[in-house]
Amino acid sequence: MSQDQATLDAVTIDDSGDFSFPEDYQHDAGTGLNEATLDYISDIKKEDDWIRDFRKKALKIFNDKPMPTHWASKDLENIKFQDIRYYLSQGQKPTRSWDEVPDDVKQTFERLGIPEKERKFLAGVEAQFDSEAAYSNVKEELEKQGVIFVNSTEGLREHPEIFRKWFGKVIPTGDNKFSALNSAVFSGGSFIYVPPGVKVAHPLQAYFRINAENFGQFERTLIIVDEGAEVTYMEGCTAPKFETATLHSAVVELVAMKDAKIQYITVQNWSNNVFNLVTKRGLAHENAEIRWIDCNIGSRLTMKYPGVIMKGRKARGEVISIALANDGQHQDTGAKMIHAADETTSNVVSKSISVGKGRSTYRGQVHIPKHLKGCKNNTECDALLINTNSRTDTYPAITVRGNKHATQHEASVSQVSEDQIFYMQQRGLSEAEAMSLSVNGFINDLAREFPMEYSVELKRLIDLEMEGSVG
Amino acid sequence: MSTTLTKPEMSAHGEWVSEPLRRDVGAELPDWYQQIQADSWHNFLETPEPVRKDENWRFADLKKIRFERINPVGSLNEQGSFVERFRSNRVDSAIGHCLFANGHLIESDFSQLPDDVIACEINEALANHSELVKEHFMQDPARLGSQKFAALHGASTLCGVFIHVPKNVVIDGVIEIHHVNSGENTGIFPHTLIVAEANSKVSVFENFETAGKGDSPITVGMVDLDARDGGKIQYASFQNNGPNARHMQINASRVGRDSAVKNCFVNLGSMWVRNEAVSRMMEPGADSQMFSANLANGTEEYDQRTLQLHEAQHTTSDLLYKNALYDDARTIFSGLIQVGKGAHHTDSYQTCRNMLGSDTAEANAMPGLEIDADQVKCSHGSTSGPISEEEIFYLMARGIPAERARRMISLGFLNEVIQRLEGDDVKEFIFGKVEAKFRAI
Repeated sequence: MSQDQATLDAVTIDDSGDFSFPEDYQHDAGTGLNEATLDYISDIKKEDDWIRDFRKKALKIFNDKPMPTHWASKDLENIKFQDIRYYLSQGQKPTRSWDEVPDDVKQTFERLGIPEKERKFLAGVEAQFDSEAAYSNVKEELEKQGVIFVNSTEGLREHPEIFRKWFGKVIPTGDNKFSALNSAVFSGGSFIYVPPGVKVAHPLQAYFRINAENFGQFERTLIIVDEGAEVTYMEGCTAPKFETATLHSAVVELVAMKDAKIQYITVQNWSNNVFNLVTKRGLAHENAEIRWIDCNIGSRLTMKYPGVIMKGRKARGEVISIALANDGQHQDTGAKMIHAADETTSNVVSKSISVGKGRSTYRGQVHIPKHLKGCKNNTECDALLINTNSRTDTYPAITVRGNKHATQHEASVSQVSEDQIFYMQQRGLSEAEAMSLSVNGFINDLAREFPMEYSVELKRLIDLEMEGSVG
Repeated sequence: MSTTLTKPEMSAHGEWVSEPLRRDVGAELPDWYQQIQADSWHNFLETPEPVRKDENWRFADLKKIRFERINPVGSLNEQGSFVERFRSNRVDSAIGHCLFANGHLIESDFSQLPDDVIACEINEALANHSELVKEHFMQDPARLGSQKFAALHGASTLCGVFIHVPKNVVIDGVIEIHHVNSGENTGIFPHTLIVAEANSKVSVFENFETAGKGDSPITVGMVDLDARDGGKIQYASFQNNGPNARHMQINASRVGRDSAVKNCFVNLGSMWVRNEAVSRMMEPGADSQMFSANLANGTEEYDQRTLQLHEAQHTTSDLLYKNALYDDARTIFSGLIQVGKGAHHTDSYQTCRNMLGSDTAEANAMPGLEIDADQVKCSHGSTSGPISEEEIFYLMARGIPAERARRMISLGFLNEVIQRLEGDDVKEFIFGKVEAKFRAI
């Protein structure tokens, strides 16, 4: 039996599409977290001293900060920080060409269903396999434009003059317990710089995956888009199923300079044992626009509140969010809109679906301080409850100072109407099909915001999640 | 609740009071109530002061409740002139009324009420209708952050009225409870307990003011509303204290089968106001309406927290809180609709609207939903913004000066809430006061 065949045989596939590969890691920091872990990571990555210090400071903050359980889910207490592996990698520098990518990684992408042909059209594929980017290929044309698309290690090592200025500035280490954790042990992620006036025609993508038991992924992403430039970044993730909980805690910082535009798209489908505690925030300068398009389908507990700080006049922020919570899942998502300049506008549209015993939560913050004028916010959150034991919560907080602003917030909770289901069944659809159609209709206007291949994937994932939920 | 016998430690943040604020009320208080007083005092000492991290106190300026000292009320001098001055400031057509000054009952007239209705001072009711009061008195714990205040209330000597409306008795007209308070940091503990038995109906209007502008009473009031089997209660609290007063009210409504409770707060005065209102829809057909109209200016802070608790199937609730803000005023609205397990077919709404009339006013809104049931229709909405320039332009085009146009629109904004009340006399009284405050701004 050839090596490839053995690998394929080792792939476990169950009915919900989860699969995994045998683990074969060259570098492993072991479990647990202390200064030695950080030194180990820094040594492997050959990092400068300032990064080493940054990590150590962050560890101290992480240890000092209490769990935010006074408002958040008590489930957080079930994270066993000492049982988690904080660093793991294939041990190589990111491979440049497709041929150099290990076969089993390629196999994983195959399972994810990214067609070979499509890859040619995608501007650059940054495929993160566990904590290190396994495959990194920026198309020549992008390089000609001066776009930098590297992983975090390379970004800080090769281009400190660009990235150091903003690194940890949008989301300070002490922002919350999990941003501190990420700052201590980060590895992988994407660092992108788009020079002035460059409009990146194709979306940049990074597929990343978790593939080891008890292994947390702490990628760090920093995207800087210079004056008048534009970029769309997409991340999508799926994860094989594991017996014990996995922790995923990313930090994503976006910086949009004057007149720049950033669109950040996420489809999150971790397996149901992952704690997904992510801090995402963008800084929008004058007349810049930052859009977070976020879809959460997987994980055990997701806590993610993408934010935009509108720092320059006429800056715009937007969060579009879809969450689906099934049995054993808690999707705790939301948005933060901090208006810090005149005539800034923000928009939040959130739709959540709770299936079975799933629980979805919306938390929002809108802040308009004193002495600004012409700020506007619109927030809409709609929740759909599918079964009798599904649960949904909404906790927005809106602060407005001064009389030159307008904010509005609306939320509603409803069921799939029995009349609708009955109508569709009359016309020959099964109850499950009718339900699925109804749910897809509920999120349809948001799903359209996703790129085509994602919205197709989204629809498929929702169909999958809805299976067997009726009755 | 702790049952330790050792003397609890004093609050770390300083003492509000070193002993319960009690006085002789000239009536023999039942044992069960004395037990509540003792337990409450114990809880008061045990319960820490609110801290900033407490979600129930989010956005609140906790400096406003750093009481140096809460003083007991003194004896009342010049009672005669007191009564004359404030007799004129009430709803004239009230079917029953009473006047409290610093917690002392000055006068009352409930003679026009139907014979079998019980309406009397709360301490008198504790003595004479002990069992009836016990059944309804402070049955629900404070849930929205003010446990320490509620404990202080329970431990102190109360003032206020107990109203019990028996089966099938419909009281036509409003009962007014009028409080006039004075002094420096004087602790006043009004307690209103209203019970509406099957198919009965009652409307109560509670009116708070201070004797002079300089007075700074600290009011910690509680209201228990209990409507059952088709009973209907309307309770409206109107607060027009002087600018140094601090006013807190913790209202709990228990709404039974096919019953309806309206709970309304109108706030015009006080430097700090905290209103907590919990409505429990306990049986099918229960309906709760909560609304509030607030006009805040200067450095006033109005902090309102609500909870609509749907515990049974087929219950409904509606909430509308409106704030008009001027100068450096701050308002906080935190509302939660909680639909419990199995409370299917709930129909629940919640709206908070803020109208900002100055560049430094601040409105905070936290409308929340927690849904754990099926076949539910729930929604909430919150808006904050200035008066629309177009509306002002429209009125100006019709010859109304800008200033007046602004006032008209603002008044109309709050009037939407006032008009939800029943009883023209109550509506007119409140409207007149709101209009007067708008004129002064």
